[in-house]
Amino acid sequence: MTENYTALYEEHKKLGASFTDFGGWQMPLKYSSELAEHHAVRNAAGLFDLSHMGEVWVTGPDAAAFLDYALVGKISAMSVGKAKYSLICQDDGGIIDDLITYRRPAAEDGTDKFLVVPNAGNAVVVAAALAERAANFDVVVDDASARTSLIAVQGPKAEGILLRLVPAAQHELVTGLKYYAAVEVPFMVAGSSKDLLLARTGYTGEDGFEIFVDNDDAAALWQAVAAVAEEGELVPAGLACRDSLRLEAGMPLYGNELSREGNPFAAGLGPVVSLAKESDFVGRAALEALKAGGAGSTSGRKLVGLKGLGRRAGRGHYPVLKDGAVVGEVTSGQPSPTLGYPVALAYVDVEHSEVGTALDIDLRGKAEPFEVVALPFYKRQK
Amino acid sequence: MAKVAAELQYSDEHEWVAREAGNLVSIGISAVATDALGDIVYVDLPEVGATVTAGETCGEVESTKSVSDLYSPVTGEVTETNSAVVDDPALINSDPYGAGWLFKVAAESDGPLLSAEEYAAKNGGEL
Repeated sequence: MTENYTALYEEHKKLGASFTDFGGWQMPLKYSSELAEHHAVRNAAGLFDLSHMGEVWVTGPDAAAFLDYALVGKISAMSVGKAKYSLICQDDGGIIDDLITYRRPAAEDGTDKFLVVPNAGNAVVVAAALAERAANFDVVVDDASARTSLIAVQGPKAEGILLRLVPAAQHELVTGLKYYAAVEVPFMVAGSSKDLLLARTGYTGEDGFEIFVDNDDAAALWQAVAAVAEEGELVPAGLACRDSLRLEAGMPLYGNELSREGNPFAAGLGPVVSLAKESDFVGRAALEALKAGGAGSTSGRKLVGLKGLGRRAGRGHYPVLKDGAVVGEVTSGQPSPTLGYPVALAYVDVEHSEVGTALDIDLRGKAEPFEVVALPFYKRQK
Repeated sequence: MAKVAAELQYSDEHEWVAREAGNLVSIGISAVATDALGDIVYVDLPEVGATVTAGETCGEVESTKSVSDLYSPVTGEVTETNSAVVDDPALINSDPYGAGWLFKVAAESDGPLLSAEEYAAKNGGEL
């Protein structure tokens, strides 16, 4: 696989990042201590490079109808300015990716416009699947991933920091922006004003923002955000803490909790699948059959949260046991920095999935006690 | 670049060995290893009185991201363990060659050990 570098690679090197491969990209794993970065996002703010994520524009008279067909959610029901979490599934209901779709104001000729953001490792596959599914629709699918960067500012201080880059007359655009919504905002970057798409979305369980920016302006924006932050307000944050933050927030990670072999119901994402929408969509028949068969509710396995009663953490692929028998498998797990005890996401047989059920995780030959708990593990105080 | 303490010897598994009185040695893990592991959150040490064997596992070190075996660099009886790192494993990150020591052994024999220069050259550390 060829190695990809984001437009911010040199910034990360200057900051002394250690790098890791993620979805074919060289990404910052951490800059100093992943625990310190984790706590900074919970208590102040973190600055993330998410430029490895994909950006696919879908425009045309049929754009809404097309996305209703290509994705499992009812995208046509979204109003302009909103964002929606959805899935792109295979014919058999297996999950190709989870993604966020943003409905943007209609194009100049009046046709609808959407931005679809898939995961890094899946961006090429999702763009190809969308292009293939577009055959019978009047839409243009434009994969802008290679020319678009994405910078996230996450944490309770995020809004205050970003406001310093926005003219006072436009502050209301930022302060009034709802969770899972996006708006174009003029940002002062390197002495000039740039209209950038600002979304109030994230993957950390905190309030926070994601900003889409052309590659050419990415480094200047990154530096501008860092420059307006006061001492102790903002740290650059890598993928290590992004993983621990999203795990505490109970958010699934493609490749761990979500896969082509799994299905939305087992993953707890049944509500994302709109079986109520009248039109056909890819995977519909299979998903209806899975739901009718009780997938994730009365049959098969279901994704649950596990809380460790000891100090040892379960890790991906460790077996989950009930009275010594294997009843499931961990998909993600580590010690929770915020909560101070080990947490894990695991698929377990539905008969052992009820909150309060005592289970063990086989930690390299030793059975360690865990308990099924409600998700998310961590919820911020509003 | 990770610091390699000049006065110590090192195993290929990144444990360091410090000579104390007689055949007593104290053992810890190098800054090269702690950098690679990330923040350490749990450590499982051999018990006092147990016999450890050079090159064999004698415990575990768990970071936020992974679990690694702890290998003994020497053979002998464990005489003392560092309860401070069991209570606060972050000491291993903050002071790997000092307060972050792990256990002491009355060594009967050593496994293959590298000098600080050899270890630094091999693992990209800085003396």
